[in-house]
Amino acid sequence: MTVLDPAQLDPGSVTGRPRWLKVPLPRAVRGRPALYLGVGLLLVISVLCLGAPLFTSYSPTEIDALAVLVPPGTDGHPLGTDAFGRDLWSRLLYGGRYDLAIAFGATTVVLVAGTAIGMASAHAGGWVDAFVMRVVDLFFAFPFIVLVIAIIAALGPSLRNMFIALWLASWVGYARIAHGQTMSASRYGYVVAAGCLGYSRRRILARHVLPSVLPFVTVFAMVDAVGNVLLGASLGFLGIGIPPPTPEWGSMIAEGQAYLLSNWQLSLVPGLALVLLGVTFSLLGDGLADLFRAKQ
Amino acid sequence: MGSVNLRWSRVANLLPVLFGITLVSFLLLRLVPGDPAQQILGNRYTPEAAEGIRKGLGLDRPLLEQYGLFLKGVATGSFGESYQYRRPVGELLLDRTAASLMLVGLTAFFCAALSIPIGLWAAVRRGGLVDQGTRVFFTLGYALPAFLIGVLFILVFGLKLGWAPIGGYGTGFTSHLGHLVLPALTLAIPFSTVLVRSLRASTITVLDSDFVTIARLKGISEARIMSRHVLRNAISPVAVVFGINLAFLVGGTVVVENVFSIPGLGTLLVGAVSTRDYPVVQAVALVLAVFVVLVNLLTDVVHGVLDPRLTVGVQR
Repeated sequence: MTVLDPAQLDPGSVTGRPRWLKVPLPRAVRGRPALYLGVGLLLVISVLCLGAPLFTSYSPTEIDALAVLVPPGTDGHPLGTDAFGRDLWSRLLYGGRYDLAIAFGATTVVLVAGTAIGMASAHAGGWVDAFVMRVVDLFFAFPFIVLVIAIIAALGPSLRNMFIALWLASWVGYARIAHGQTMSASRYGYVVAAGCLGYSRRRILARHVLPSVLPFVTVFAMVDAVGNVLLGASLGFLGIGIPPPTPEWGSMIAEGQAYLLSNWQLSLVPGLALVLLGVTFSLLGDGLADLFRAKQ
Repeated sequence: MGSVNLRWSRVANLLPVLFGITLVSFLLLRLVPGDPAQQILGNRYTPEAAEGIRKGLGLDRPLLEQYGLFLKGVATGSFGESYQYRRPVGELLLDRTAASLMLVGLTAFFCAALSIPIGLWAAVRRGGLVDQGTRVFFTLGYALPAFLIGVLFILVFGLKLGWAPIGGYGTGFTSHLGHLVLPALTLAIPFSTVLVRSLRASTITVLDSDFVTIARLKGISEARIMSRHVLRNAISPVAVVFGINLAFLVGGTVVVENVFSIPGLGTLLVGAVSTRDYPVVQAVALVLAVFVVLVNLLTDVVHGVLDPRLTVGVQR
């Protein structure tokens, strides 16, 4: 029996990895470990958090006076319980839902809105553009978290208002990037050519300019998602994010702070989860940036 | 002459931004849903008390006049009265600013003390252990929330080792410093990762330049080359990075002050959210934004001093 080179059997493979490693990856992901790892981690975290009832039988908010501050590994509490006897593993999974919601909910809305505002402003030009860009500059003068806290203070602390505050404060980053890229794209040869062909300006913006704006704002969105996750958790930590008893990683870290000496896992486990989610989005951002660079 | 021009144009740009900051702070109160007086009073609501609060906030006047009054208040340093503390907000700010300023100052000091040697070392030994370490830490430090580092520090250095107090501010200057070491380090560590990476990049550029080669050929000692020739040229881009990220640092103090219960502007701001102390929120947001803008101006001037070519470039 002749030994076959696996690379010959699979023309797509150049490395000749062992067969069990040959997961059918989409072409885009191949050779891009950061992207691959980021997508993988995000999938695992999402499945764990969204499918929380499958992985724990405890309720994240049910108080059990008989199992207060139980150490990890006892009575089916893999990570122990908190000061109210609530299962930490369950709170971690259910709490992650809110952090994921912040990452996606806060980021996607401003990605679309901010990009649209930036492109429209560059498109409009003149004093409209100058005015919008001065507003953007102004928002950048405020430390981001101070602006968000101030808006939450005015609206009143709640989950809905936290999202509104994040939206109001963070569209400016996208607007600035989309504005700059629209301005430079309008001088690219193919955009000028499209103008010469007599296409409508709206069509040029959507079909010709937008594809060159998208990579920049998408990569920024991943950076922004990390920032939003950390900010949402910071607000939870400060007690002005998602109101208790709803679990959220930031507020869990704050609740655990009183038991640092005896039960440090109460603060550090949600802290590690938070870092993991942040690293996930960092990897996604790096991976996407590589991908777009390779395309160009 | 060139330098004067640059600075005056920066100051001229500053005025609309400062004006805009007052406008945004003023408009914050407009975001309050319904009647602010009712929000402040809650279940202590009586029509008379509400009337008093509306008068105090100036809500009974037309909008433009309200803004005029707000501007006048800002100019004279009176921001109305805090509902929670029953004191003029201006006085509260004065009380709280010292702790915040000291925290920012000490953090800046730690940032310099951490990032200058590490950044230079990473650039000199490119690809070495320190260089690789900072690269890994850069990715991680970005996703590491300041309050988590704070909690870790409290656990390790405060509770386990007992080296530093875990909260508060103490009395007297040395005690203040002692109380601020952990909070300042908490802020400085994630912030220096950015500075280390940019110092490394600019140092590498400078190390490759001709004048460094010439200095080496002249036989000047490596230590003197690093301190007199390389660092001076490599540090000015880092000053710009510092300025860009300053708002992030100030935002960090808000969180870290709360982790360590330091009586600064950050704790004042967060405390004012749940008590609906709107004048305090407006004033703190305004003061912090103005601080960021002014320090940015200062970094620009420092940048100009460090790199005189910049001001020449502006001249026609």
